[in-house]
Amino acid sequence: MKAIRMEKADRRRGSAIAGSRFKKNFWLLTMVLPGAIWLLLLRYLPMFGVVLAFKNYRAYKPNTFWNNIYQSKWVGLDNFKFLDSPDTAVMIRNTLAYNALWIVLGLVIAVTLAIMLSELRRRFAAKLYQTLMFFPYFLSWVVASYFVLAFLDPTSGMIPALQKSMGFKATNFYHDKTWWPLILTLSSLWKNVGYSTVLYLAAITGIDRTQYEAAAVDGATKRQQVWHVTLPNIRTMIIILLIMNIGKIFNADFGLFYNVPQNSGTLYPVTQVIDTYVYRAYTNTRNIGMSSAAGLLQSVVGCICIVVTNAVVKRIDPDSTLF
Amino acid sequence: MVVQSVGRRRPARLNSFSAGAEAVFHIILGLFAAACIIPFIFVVIISFSSEESIRAIGYSFLPQSWSLQAYDYVFAMGDALWRSYYNSFLITVIGTAVSVTICVLYSYPLFRRDFRYRSFFNYLSFITMIFGGGLIPTVVICKTVLGLNDNYAALIVPMLFSPFNIIVMRTFFQTSVPMELIEAATIDGSGEYSTLTRIVLPIVKPGIATIALLNALAFWNEWFLSLLYLNKNMDIMPLQYLLMRMQRNADFLAKNASFLGADAAKAARELPSQTLKMALVVFIVLPISCAYPFFQRYVVAGLTIGSVKG
Repeated sequence: MKAIRMEKADRRRGSAIAGSRFKKNFWLLTMVLPGAIWLLLLRYLPMFGVVLAFKNYRAYKPNTFWNNIYQSKWVGLDNFKFLDSPDTAVMIRNTLAYNALWIVLGLVIAVTLAIMLSELRRRFAAKLYQTLMFFPYFLSWVVASYFVLAFLDPTSGMIPALQKSMGFKATNFYHDKTWWPLILTLSSLWKNVGYSTVLYLAAITGIDRTQYEAAAVDGATKRQQVWHVTLPNIRTMIIILLIMNIGKIFNADFGLFYNVPQNSGTLYPVTQVIDTYVYRAYTNTRNIGMSSAAGLLQSVVGCICIVVTNAVVKRIDPDSTLF
Repeated sequence: MVVQSVGRRRPARLNSFSAGAEAVFHIILGLFAAACIIPFIFVVIISFSSEESIRAIGYSFLPQSWSLQAYDYVFAMGDALWRSYYNSFLITVIGTAVSVTICVLYSYPLFRRDFRYRSFFNYLSFITMIFGGGLIPTVVICKTVLGLNDNYAALIVPMLFSPFNIIVMRTFFQTSVPMELIEAATIDGSGEYSTLTRIVLPIVKPGIATIALLNALAFWNEWFLSLLYLNKNMDIMPLQYLLMRMQRNADFLAKNASFLGADAAKAARELPSQTLKMALVVFIVLPISCAYPFFQRYVVAGLTIGSVKG
């Protein structure tokens, strides 16, 4: 049976090899088409839209996008003047500082939790903890902002209410900058740590158990095993997640910074990040040129970050690179 | 056994942390796990608290009295609520179906090593992960050129494709479908589409389930597209955006009631109470938390595979 099939195939291959190859590539090409069209329209076309950053975009007649772009005057780097304002320094500082802090904290906490989970002997408990930890990842920031509101709401939130009942002056959290670095950090960790913990845990579970047994035979304590078996085994994963996060260091989590502080203006000095700034510049002033310029800077710097990190990693540890 | 001789100090606990250390682990993990779920429980409690209790002692885990008032309000919202629920469901169902189809169709040829333009399309998708035109050019082009403005398409189309999901799905193909199988099917005269639907898809069902779940969640939780693309046509507002606007409007009126005069003050009083909003949150999270225990493992499986370098 198999021999016959092979023979048939050989004959077919011999006769119409070029035609069948063309046919195969053609049909496979039709499969990628919907996705490719989407990419061209929604990702590559906007890349040409970056010219907006160098133009004074406004409406002309006829009011179509291409005509407007064509007629709008080139203004050189005028749209980048926002870089001089003190607000800019603040938002860049916020974006970088929060992201850097959360990358480090997220990494350390998630790896620690994952190692702890993997060392629990009660598998049911480990499963339960993991399930609960992963839950916030599936909620939106809109929902999460209500969770925060439940604790901080100035009139009836739990913390102000407790303060009042104990005779203190209630803190108006949505008008007081002091606590926001902490609140944002806790919110971010609350939502994201479970996710990375699950990833690391999966990597740890995949480690060959005989490595631990061998280490134990050689007299390694459990702590030494974590240090010399577990960590080296998940190193590649740590580095890949790190590259991806560092590449995104100029991209803040818009939902977190926009929804959780309830868009409160008083809090901008500690909650304004590049993403919210771009969005607000666009919605409040309709300044398409300037918000495009800010977005362009963000994309370019982000791209440089990811390529540089990857190159650095390539030099140190060629197996762990992203590309 | 050899291992036993090493663990002689505590023979019952072969090669594991001491009981004390494990107890500490349980405490830390337990606390963190509790912290992850408690805000939701808190919101559920608030939604069942009576208005009097909230006025007296604020939001509390132990309200003075319970009430179903908030849910009466929610149901009294009638059309606005059900309309949003319907919109959310519609967007989730259509969005998931189309995005999964696109994802499978795009990633399958990328897994086929014999596909001539494989690396080109690989890069076409990958590049967008590291560079983009930025938010504003994208929004302007979507609105003006592609007509994504105040319609369902605006809330669905921008999320139909995700390079990350392509990597996940491609890795699924690579780990579960042997190339020989496809070669055999081709030799038997099976066309590319029938090979995909009849032979490959049944094997990667778990992968499709994962992608479908991730996408369904993304569509269900989506509010950013509404923020960007909904200006006038509020009939198509999904649940998340309804919830978001509710807080904005309530805040605005509450803060400015004194400046805006009697009408606004009246409106502010009649605005949905705090408990109503919390009840709405419960309504949004409920479908997720009900399905969560069942879909969790699929998502874990998918993310784990996707994170493997592919």
